[in-house]
Amino acid sequence: MSEHIPAVNRQTSMQTGLGRVRGSGSARNGTHHWWMQRVTSVALLPLTIWFVFSIAAHAGDPWEVMAEWIGRPFNAVLMILLIGITFHHTEAGLQVVIEDYIRPERRAMVAGLVIKAICLVAALLSALAVIRLAV
Amino acid sequence: MAHNPDAREALMIGTRTDGTTVRRPLSPHLQVYDMLQMSSATSISHRITGSAWSVGLVFFVWWILALAAGPESYARAQWFFGSFIGVIVLFGLSVAVWYHTLNGVRHLVWDAGYGYDIPTTYRTGWMVIIGTGVMTVLTWIVGIIAWAS
Repeated sequence: MSEHIPAVNRQTSMQTGLGRVRGSGSARNGTHHWWMQRVTSVALLPLTIWFVFSIAAHAGDPWEVMAEWIGRPFNAVLMILLIGITFHHTEAGLQVVIEDYIRPERRAMVAGLVIKAICLVAALLSALAVIRLAV
Repeated sequence: MAHNPDAREALMIGTRTDGTTVRRPLSPHLQVYDMLQMSSATSISHRITGSAWSVGLVFFVWWILALAAGPESYARAQWFFGSFIGVIVLFGLSVAVWYHTLNGVRHLVWDAGYGYDIPTTYRTGWMVIIGTGVMTVLTWIVGIIAWAS
């Protein structure tokens, strides 16, 4: 068995084979947070471009026009997607900023949980507003 | 040694070549890098624009809730966004959103393993800065035409 493992790995890694396959250390958590930040950023690329130009094109429009536009099924679905993914990405980004600058760890953890709560409530409120306009 | 509840502090103590101890700087080391060079400037700007957009989401939530609440509350929100301060907020957010979006693409390209050498970093940095200007102007041209019509 051991002769199949390259000599370099045998000497430099103290990790078990199973640990390497799972890709996670003692935190029991691998690259999920990092990866989801990339996944959400790719999703936000078309959604953000669509949103910014759509809203700019409706600048100054009265309530009736705007409410009708958001209420259309396709726009409402894209809006809800934008809201959910935006707040997920925001929460993930702010968590990294908190981890970098806030000490001690206890305070960083509390701040992270507060951000999580605010993002969740804000996302649900915004989504509910869109649903209310759409149905 | 004073009691410290944070175990990570143990990693923050470094030793100089003359043997004296030094407290290591926190990421992203604003105090040791020249913040005007392209690599550092675009990096910290990404974080600043991301944070700005997080604050800007408060205005987004207000706007969408006002829209759902009805014509009167929407008129109040519209009054704010049409005011002097409102326009400045919207302009700042439009710059932030385009910068963070374009520099985000730059980060995705780095994540894919491309563009790490210094000349390419400078070239893509300038592309992001010029792109931000172009997209912001384009957004406001669309907005002003819509506003005027």
